[in-house]
Amino acid sequence: MTSILLPESETEIEAIVHEAAQSHSPLAIHGGGTRPIGKPVHADRALSTKLLTGITLYEPSELVLSARAGTPLAEIQQTLAVNRQRLPFEPIDYRHLLGNHGIPTIGGVTASNSSGPRRIHSGAARDSLIGVRATTGRGETIKSGGRVMKNVTGYDFVKLLVGSWGTLAVLTEVTYKLLPEAETELTLLLTGLSAERAVEAMTTALGTPFEVTGAAHLPATDGMPTRTALRLEGFDASVRYRIDRLDTVLQPFGAFETIAAEASRVLWASIRDVEALETPHDAAIWRISVRPTDGPRVGESLKAQLGSRVLYDWAGGLVWASGPAEGDGGAAIVRSAVASVGGHAMLVRGSPELRASVPVFEPESPGVAAMSRLIKATFDPAGILNPGRM
Amino acid sequence: MSAIEIPRPDPRILARRAEILAGLAALVPPTSLITEEDERRAFETDALTAYRRIPMAVVLPETTEQVSKVLAFLNKEGVKVVARGAGTSLAGGAIPSEDAVVLGVSKMSRILDVDTANRTIRVEAGVTNLGVSGAVAHLGFFYAPDPSSQLACTIAGNIGMNSGGAHCLKYGVTTNNVLGVKLVLIDGTIVEIGGAHMDAAGYDLLGLIVGSEGQLGVVTEATLRILPLAEGARPMLMGFQSAEDAGACVAAIIASGIIPVAIEYMDRPAIQVCEAFAHAGYPLDVEALLIIEVEGSEAEIEDLIVRITTIAADYNPSGLRVSQSEAESAAIWKGRKSAFGAMGRLADYICMDGTIPTGQLSAVLTGIAEICAGYGLRVSNIFHAGDGNLHPLVLFNANDPVEQHKAERCGEDILKLCVDLGGCLTGEHGVGIEKRDLMTYQFNTIDLDQQMRVKSALDPQWLLNPHKVFPLAGRPV
Repeated sequence: MTSILLPESETEIEAIVHEAAQSHSPLAIHGGGTRPIGKPVHADRALSTKLLTGITLYEPSELVLSARAGTPLAEIQQTLAVNRQRLPFEPIDYRHLLGNHGIPTIGGVTASNSSGPRRIHSGAARDSLIGVRATTGRGETIKSGGRVMKNVTGYDFVKLLVGSWGTLAVLTEVTYKLLPEAETELTLLLTGLSAERAVEAMTTALGTPFEVTGAAHLPATDGMPTRTALRLEGFDASVRYRIDRLDTVLQPFGAFETIAAEASRVLWASIRDVEALETPHDAAIWRISVRPTDGPRVGESLKAQLGSRVLYDWAGGLVWASGPAEGDGGAAIVRSAVASVGGHAMLVRGSPELRASVPVFEPESPGVAAMSRLIKATFDPAGILNPGRM
Repeated sequence: MSAIEIPRPDPRILARRAEILAGLAALVPPTSLITEEDERRAFETDALTAYRRIPMAVVLPETTEQVSKVLAFLNKEGVKVVARGAGTSLAGGAIPSEDAVVLGVSKMSRILDVDTANRTIRVEAGVTNLGVSGAVAHLGFFYAPDPSSQLACTIAGNIGMNSGGAHCLKYGVTTNNVLGVKLVLIDGTIVEIGGAHMDAAGYDLLGLIVGSEGQLGVVTEATLRILPLAEGARPMLMGFQSAEDAGACVAAIIASGIIPVAIEYMDRPAIQVCEAFAHAGYPLDVEALLIIEVEGSEAEIEDLIVRITTIAADYNPSGLRVSQSEAESAAIWKGRKSAFGAMGRLADYICMDGTIPTGQLSAVLTGIAEICAGYGLRVSNIFHAGDGNLHPLVLFNANDPVEQHKAERCGEDILKLCVDLGGCLTGEHGVGIEKRDLMTYQFNTIDLDQQMRVKSALDPQWLLNPHKVFPLAGRPV
């Protein structure tokens, strides 16, 4: 039975981790527990940051917010909404896809570098994160970055810790830069395109100056053809102008319909949360990052070989694909498809048995793997933080 | 008198100079090895010219494989290596020591691949910053980070220092625009990190390498994000009678939901000098000048300018002028981008690079004025107001060692003020040797020890650009 430790301060976290390092007893690190991704961690004790909460700094006129790691994402989003601001990178809510009911925290968003459709325009979580405090596997709390927009003082541990899945340090406080919410948004919808043609349309649109902030291709569903969505955000007049210009550019791809703001928000939330692949609930789900123009080759080959359902985001550069629940979950075929074009694949959904039996993250080249091991050893020499997860 | 210490050369290395040079000669073509003192002297400093040391040798490899062999050899021999782009560092990032070999990337400057569909370009690291934009301009694209030295500075140096520029308010700095690198480690191992796809498969090593000041490896190739050129862009000028008004105006614009491409600030002394140099049409009767650039279609530009001028009206702007032509826009930017050069014609200066929360703009300007008055030195402020990245130029006479020392201490006090106000020592220039000894002001021992552990893990002998970033005292080696 795993016991759960619920520290309420950085000092308590330091004490717990320090003791764990001394006794070489591993800790599973959690935020709200909504991202059970990675290899199952075997640890008698779990450390959850969910009681380490609170927004510690919010300066709307400086577009900056700091919060303790366990602060619910929803609380942050509600606070920002009051001033019509937002986190730029549109973090995914994994609860639908992974079928759980926890409360997503800002620490979890950070540890998993969770970014949504707007990543192609406004960057990932890693691009908006400007400061961290984190307790390393030595039980010492370090800081990197800060609260200012530009900072090159010392090594950029902000980048190293974002997306490190609690294996280098326990995040205790994070600082993000923000963006104003767009005055409005509209989505162009093209229907019936093949994946290849859709990616052509999406990359064409992204090659224009018209600032497309979302570009996704949704699979056909019962009775409904494929849909290719392009989102524009900004001041109303500007959005309307850019829609007109894109209309001309996208002529070769057929007629499109325009989806107004409210419906557009609903559509992009469903793309962000990968609702198209939610069922069947036991299917393996892969998240694959490649060059946009390589997306269809990977996606279509998985369809042919594994019968995958495929959702393309990031203009084709992010391929969400289902795989079989049993066997290797499609790992061999996914890995080989990705290797043929270059990129990486992560198994985001799979039974604990499946995640224990195949690599969840893309296997690294020997040189990169060696660098990662050396760096891990500096942060967590006893190997107690989420051992084996990555 | 130099205030910043560059350690004495190791006599054991100097004694083996001939042997080390012979070893290098076996690894690179004769045209890639510089040994004569006259020629080595060209590599003795960078843009922090008060400090200089002639390196033991200079190697200019033509390929990644040559870089790999050179590093493996120097690692085996225990010889220090200082990687160099174009030598435009204002922080002394490329200044060698007499027992070091300079490894320059200038012969690796080819554009390898342009891919507009995927909005990427792959280049050798010695290509210049402007060379990247130049390679894709005819296709309607550009590379966003735009340091003032962009005509000369290289992508290698930009990656080393995580360079910014005037336009990164909207488009981000180097780390936000690099997708992959080919990196050579000190033992000669060649690794590919990232690629043309987005985000890392495992740890974000790319994010660690960018801004590591040549201390973790040598970047020989990079895959960069390119972006479509805006339909149009237009700068506007806005004068203010006080720094407070200008600062409050910047905050109000950003709070309104508008992110201009650039918001640049100049104080009175900077305005006078830049106007005399560039004839940009800057108003001369104001205490502070903002250059605000917006972009988009003609109608979008008009709309944004109306919104901004409406907001600014609350802050008593004067000399408000919107550029009416390409030539006028070019002149406005020429004034700003040549500011450092123009200032250099009047006096020697050190250019600081602290960053502060934008809400502290007027507080920091008041503080800077007080600090400089205390030292009896003149100061001119030019900076990226939108993101709080300051460039106070502290003016002094370089032929007067006492005054130089005073200027350096004045600069240190300014940077400490930035940290005190919630900011940092350097926003885009890097630590180099210049701010090395101030690192303990921003970081505690725990922070610095962890950074140095990473350095030690990837470069156990501390051979790569060793005298930079971390204070000389308290190092593991």
